Amino acid sequence: MGKSLRVAYGEALAKLGEKNEKVVVFDADLAHATQTCLFQAKYPERHFNMGIAEANMMCAAAGFAHTGFIPFVSTFALFGAGRAFEQIRNSICYTNCNVKFGFSHSGLCVGEDGGSHQSIEDIALMRELPNMTILVPCDPAETEKAVMAAAEIDGPVYIRVARPVCEDITTMDTPFTPGKANVMKEGTDVCLIACGLMIPVALAAAEKLEAEGISTAVVNMHTIKPIDRDIILKMNETCKAIVTVEEHSVIGGLGSAVAEVLAGNAGAKFGMVGIQDKFGKSGKPNELFEAYGLSADNVAATAKGLL
Amino acid sequence: MQYDKKAKELRAEILKMLYACQSGHPGGSLSCVEMLMALYYEVMKIDPKNPADPDRDRLVLSKGHACPALYAVLADLGYFPKEDLADLRQINSHLQGHPDCTKTPGVDMNTGSLGQGASLGMGLALAAKYAKKDYRVYTVLGDGECQEGLVWEAAMAAAHYKLDNLTFLLDHNGLQIDGSNDEVMSLGDVVKKFDAFGFSCIKVDGHDIRAIVEALEAPVSGKPKFICCETVKGKGVSFMEGQFGWHGNPMNKEQFEQALSEQEV
Repeated sequence: MGKSLRVAYGEALAKLGEKNEKVVVFDADLAHATQTCLFQAKYPERHFNMGIAEANMMCAAAGFAHTGFIPFVSTFALFGAGRAFEQIRNSICYTNCNVKFGFSHSGLCVGEDGGSHQSIEDIALMRELPNMTILVPCDPAETEKAVMAAAEIDGPVYIRVARPVCEDITTMDTPFTPGKANVMKEGTDVCLIACGLMIPVALAAAEKLEAEGISTAVVNMHTIKPIDRDIILKMNETCKAIVTVEEHSVIGGLGSAVAEVLAGNAGAKFGMVGIQDKFGKSGKPNELFEAYGLSADNVAATAKGLL
Repeated sequence: MQYDKKAKELRAEILKMLYACQSGHPGGSLSCVEMLMALYYEVMKIDPKNPADPDRDRLVLSKGHACPALYAVLADLGYFPKEDLADLRQINSHLQGHPDCTKTPGVDMNTGSLGQGASLGMGLALAAKYAKKDYRVYTVLGDGECQEGLVWEAAMAAAHYKLDNLTFLLDHNGLQIDGSNDEVMSLGDVVKKFDAFGFSCIKVDGHDIRAIVEALEAPVSGKPKFICCETVKGKGVSFMEGQFGWHGNPMNKEQFEQALSEQEV
């Protein structure tokens, strides 16, 4: 019945803790905000609160990974990917260290806290790093699957966790393979490629386009890295236009990743919906989505503009 | 072991390595030779034939730019052939410009970005406590490095988690790239600072191996240890000693021959 993805994340960690005793969890005084407290309640001795010191938390986790543990590190996306970027780069990705990042409060959906806390660049930062895998789940079931999949990958994995309550879009039976996108709806005129909280927006946009007789495909690109090149190139051949939709800056995120695949390949016209090189601000998540163009109307209009 | 003779041999290797690659950091490599000797030859539980032993003691060279000193010691102990030293910083060499634990046998942690080694060492020590392992972790810090906030984040966590299996050794040569610590960014009383952060603190002559060993072996319980090793940057080479300009400068032929001749036993 839908729930906040951070709650789904915390519950999944607690489940994973039972399956895999090598899993340990680190938090930076945000265990209740990130919901790692659900793991902590079950396994207090395996949960380390490192205080408000994110850079140190990354290296501490690396120390654990170097001795065979599987640390999951949580904080807000901005303070993880942003403040501790270089610790993630040099102490973790550089040696392909087996650390997982579950950063919550990503994107504009942080809402009222405002631009200082709305991470719109975390995917770009993490995507730059060799060895990194990036997963952006869209609902509770996908969040649980992302956590379980991350534990099976040998190397760093970033799971982008959103804060709001999300309706169920997928089920536990929906396949989830990192690096392999899910086609949620087939179509031949337009292909909308989205991730995370923008999946429902893309599905609503597809409905509007279909109502106008425009056949629209929707791809859930839950893995930003490694990106599913095959599906992008296939849609480039079968559709007349591709539009990416992301709750992130259009510089360096999903749209950029898709553009990098499309570059040099003639085919569909291409557009990006996302945050246009601006910072966020306070407001309710839905108001912000509307204000920044992350709406079904704007996605549909962008697609039509390309046809 | 004849410490003086071994120290000169190691310094000769460091100079040859740095002259060959015409880059790297002589000053801070030469200042920590005795600290590494005390650790590797006297204190640490290690087995060069089994560098990945999960129960080994760990050394984190947080001032990673001093890795020529570490490489000289590791080669001397037989972790890899001494001939490899000639290829320091060359393409296809396992000896990187800064320590890389994925490439060099015996290197326990990748370092070089200042401050991170302090934190990584703390993480290793916390992991040992969690896993109920007996190994100890030794982290060699630079003094300029202590200007990084991350060192103090790590220090706070080390005391909070009562990591008495962790020792920070400070190579306190007083100099950094742009001048003395006091000119660039004063550390104040660094021993008092670590004391205030909850460490058990000892100050020693950083070129006196017996004094360093004694400090390393001094019992401590319930708190991490900090050993302030008073050293001379460029130690053992007359024209480099106490000169911040030799932090990262290459030697010419004449300087190299002079420096090497000073290592003759």
